This record gives sequence, C-alpha cells and structure tokens, in this order.
Amino acid sequence: MVHLRYFAKIRETLGSDGEKIEFNEHCQDVKSLLELLKSRGEPWASLLETSIPVHVLVAVNRVVIKNNQILCDGDEVAFFPPVTGG
Amino acid sequence: MGTFMIVIQHQDFDTGTEIKRLHEISPSVGAVATFVGIVRNIEGQAPLRKMLLEHYPGMTERCLENIVDVARNRWQLIEVSIIHRVGELISGDQIVFVGVAGEHRQDAFSACQFIMDFLKTDVPIWKKAFTEEGEYWIEAKESDGDAMDRWS
Repeated sequence: MVHLRYFAKIRETLGSDGEKIEFNEHCQDVKSLLELLKSRGEPWASLLETSIPVHVLVAVNRVVIKNNQILCDGDEVAFFPPVTGG
Repeated sequence: MGTFMIVIQHQDFDTGTEIKRLHEISPSVGAVATFVGIVRNIEGQAPLRKMLLEHYPGMTERCLENIVDVARNRWQLIEVSIIHRVGELISGDQIVFVGVAGEHRQDAFSACQFIMDFLKTDVPIWKKAFTEEGEYWIEAKESDGDAMDRWS
C-alpha cells in the first residue's frame, strides 16, 4: 500500500485528508503516481496540471522532494501547498 | 552542544515561563533572544474573525529539528525552544515562540532570526483566514510557480 495524505487547500479541494492505494506498477515512482491521479479526472486533473498556477508540493516519507523518486510499498506520499506558518 | 524543545500545541504559552526556562538551563547562558508571532486584527484589507492553523504532524517536528540542527552548526547555542500553535486562533493570540539561549547576544539574535526565516518557508504549517469579507487559505509569499513543472 501507498498512503496518500492531503493537507490544507488541497485537502479541501479533494474533499479528503488521504487514502491508501495498492502498490503496483502505476505508483512505482512519484511521476507515475501523479499520472495515475491525474487520470482520475477532476479535481485531480486541474490540481496537478502544470500549466495552471495551483502549486502543489510533494513529500515522500515526510521529506519534500524536488525530483522524481522511486516509491516503495508502505511509503507515505503527501500533497500540500507552499507553507504559510509562523 | 546543547538541547532543544520543539512543541506543536493548541493551547497558549507563557513567554515569561519560556524565557525563564532558557535563562536557567545553564549558568553559562549570557543571552536569550526571542521572537513571538501574533495574529493581527486585519488580514489583507478585511477585519479578521479567526485564523485556522493546520499542520502535518510528524513532518512539522522533523523539519523544525532540521532547522535547529543547521542553526547549531552555524552558531554557538546552548538551548533552543520552539512552540508553534495550531487550531483556531483569533486576533491578538500568540502563534509562535522561538527562543534561543547562548553565551553571547550575537549568536542568539542571529540564530533566532534564522530559525524564524526557515520556519516560514520549510515547515508544513498552513493558515486559513476567516475575514468579514470571506474565508481563504493564505498564499505563500514566494510561491514556487514551477513547483509541478519538474514532473512533466
């Protein structure tokens, strides 16, 4: 399983704070996971569409990643907007 | 070397108690520098009703620990305290406390500012404003416009 978690505006847009999906070839890395999620249609397609200025950060096992990354069974992948704490 | 305290909590904190803890942690402490963030009464142009703070439990603490580690490598610090509140806050409420104890003021001042600057950009905490003119998530001031393009 891969545990997906959604925070803040993304959580509200998706109407969910997370889900668990089966680990398979469709989520073997972050890039393929994003393709899988976009293929669900709206609101995922717009949320992850690169040409639309909705900014989404991706963290794997609680570390923000800057490039594609291999995923393993049991990983936690989080999606959230740029942070605004403090 | 030294220690640190990192707490994410709903309840308020007492700055006097926190400063006293930093002061008394070691007789070698010669300086305590602090920052307190407070909810303002205006958000954008509209009077604020309340602010909702959400965070990513586990990752928040880990990011703060990383920031403290980096600060410790740059300056001579004896103790660091970070308290960040989450949940519903109203105008005038305290949001965040950063306190740094060192032997001398310059290291304490610099580390305190450094920690706050990185807290603002690296720690997974988000604010939603509820104002007289509507509710919305606060936008990051320096948003990474190409955040998702690296995946395409």
